[in-house]
Amino acid sequence: MRETQGRVLDVAALARVEGEGAMRVRIDGDTVVGVELDIYEPPRFFEAFLRGRGYEEPPDITARICGICPVAYQMSSSLAIEQICGVTVDGQLAALRRLLYCGEWIESHALHIYLLHAPDFLGYDGGIAMARDHRDIVERGLRLKQVGNRLMELVGGRAVHPVNVRVGGFYRLPDLDALRAMVPDLQWACGAALDTVSWVAGFDIPDHHGEWDLVALAGDGEYPIMGRRIVTSSSPDVVPIEEFGSHAVEEHVAHSHALHASWDSRTYLVGPLARYSLNHHLLPPVAREAAAAAGLGRECRNPFASIVVRAVELLTACTEALRIVREYQPPAGPAVPVVPRAGVGHGASEAPRGLLYHRYELDEQGTILAATIVPPTSQNQRAIERDLWQVAQAGVALDDAALTARCEQSIRNYDPCISCATHDLDLRIVRA
Amino acid sequence: MNAPTRRVAVVKFASCDGCQLTLLDCEDELLGIAGAVDIVHFLEAGGPLLPGPYDLAIVEGSITTAHDAARIRELREQAKVLVSIGACATAGGIQALRNVADVQEYASVVYASPEHISALATSTPISSHVQVDVELRGCPVDKGQLLHVVSSYLLGRPPRLDSSPVCVECKRRGTTCVLVAHGTPCLGPVTHGGCGALCPAFDRGCFGCFGPADTVNARALVDRLRRDSSGVTVDRMFHTFATDAPGFREVHAAEEVEP
Repeated sequence: MRETQGRVLDVAALARVEGEGAMRVRIDGDTVVGVELDIYEPPRFFEAFLRGRGYEEPPDITARICGICPVAYQMSSSLAIEQICGVTVDGQLAALRRLLYCGEWIESHALHIYLLHAPDFLGYDGGIAMARDHRDIVERGLRLKQVGNRLMELVGGRAVHPVNVRVGGFYRLPDLDALRAMVPDLQWACGAALDTVSWVAGFDIPDHHGEWDLVALAGDGEYPIMGRRIVTSSSPDVVPIEEFGSHAVEEHVAHSHALHASWDSRTYLVGPLARYSLNHHLLPPVAREAAAAAGLGRECRNPFASIVVRAVELLTACTEALRIVREYQPPAGPAVPVVPRAGVGHGASEAPRGLLYHRYELDEQGTILAATIVPPTSQNQRAIERDLWQVAQAGVALDDAALTARCEQSIRNYDPCISCATHDLDLRIVRA
Repeated sequence: MNAPTRRVAVVKFASCDGCQLTLLDCEDELLGIAGAVDIVHFLEAGGPLLPGPYDLAIVEGSITTAHDAARIRELREQAKVLVSIGACATAGGIQALRNVADVQEYASVVYASPEHISALATSTPISSHVQVDVELRGCPVDKGQLLHVVSSYLLGRPPRLDSSPVCVECKRRGTTCVLVAHGTPCLGPVTHGGCGALCPAFDRGCFGCFGPADTVNARALVDRLRRDSSGVTVDRMFHTFATDAPGFREVHAAEEVEP
């Protein structure tokens, strides 16, 4: 029989994830007896120092929680504060926000698919090593990523931590000629994203059925990016985002610098698999057809297939961006005026990695009294660990190197963003 | 291939990942850089993750734990040239807001199990712990400047990083002054350049994300800003992305008598 007594698989520093984390799997005989995703990225205390700041500051401040998805933080925070101030941003300003957000999805998904996740399937230790054998493909991924960054630069001013976002809209409308000049690049990107779906669909994808509930924003006639209603796989009820806090509960566990969440006391998942499965009917037709051709059903619960779903979302974001640019008519001004008032507001949007919830409380001068931020990776951490346990158990016959690689791949299925997950380390009361 | 390929490490401390992402955002140059050097340790990008010694270490993030304080000293011993990139690594970053607050208050008021957390009372730049060869400012760093630093290193010459403030870059760009023309509070006169005066070009004031310029007369700017803005507003501007950097740290406009 195999020598598996007292095996420990340790990865002290996980590669190809955002932020600093470690993994430990303990195996006794043929049985997995423990898994830990240890998040040791140091805390940065965002919610603590937001107290006492001005109502117009969260888009700039909370963007710094994550350099990979700053637009998500800018949008969720703006939406929450606009709710307090009784402001609605709609029409072409809302379309510009969606365009900026599509840029972030394109950039983030292309990065994860091509440089971080595909190497797992093709047997490389990273995208740069993969480029030695697959230069054309990696260059396609980099060019897709560049199209996303270019959109963020045009609408947001820069690709990391855009400067042009404010509560109420933007500081300045994007240059119309430059925006229209994006059409050929976006047409190319739609084709390249379609090719991406076919490429990843051809990978040897391990079989796994995730046992968790799915939670995502409900789309309002279009695939969800920003919204005020939440749908789940466990209940037909639609949950207004104001009730997020009464369903999602975060707990602190000793081995992690991030909090573990549950939804109605059940393990749940946010992100591409949840969005896709709960909003399949809202995909643009080209993306729905590509998904079917790639062998995806209306629902996908195999986290190893998340790379295919992410590619379908990449195509969705490119298609949406092209549509918005083509239909764009400059609005009267770059922003809706915002006058602060006292109250509580909630904002939610779909970061590339999943639902990002913000809640703020303001006084009558607009000073922040309290802030709560729940990022996707801390919501997913329990699901990641549950999967890790099952994947390790299913692969217990593999040797240590192969099983460790499989476990790391399992973690990367979620595109975890550890910088996000640890932003709020010390900021939540345990609610049992 | 006569000369041995230079070994490069990219290492992260407390930060948002945005500055090392800027390296991956060099889409047109990334594979060229990877061909010119040997990237032997870059956790986010994957690769071999080899131990030192390194010819060049590019460091993101600030020091906020005892473990990281030890880790940066070890890295310095392993690195011939050490470049710190971004506001966290060069000024402590936005998380340095804790430096003037009570971290225990942060932890004890709302955190359930603070004993699981090990965080220093301060967030400090890399240069507070070890000698740094080149500092590159910005939250995030500018892609063009980052490429300039890397290519200067490869050519064996010191990088030329203009220390002019944002205000000078703004004049060169020909942007109408947002402070003079519209009364919009702007930190351009005291903020280190490098972004190309981005914010005024988007009709907003500079919010100082590149930190203080080399020579700063904050006093004069505070007096000017106080004509249109409250002391609280002025303090918030100085105390965000480089709050603990000398030149910004001393500003306490709200505590002063009305001008």
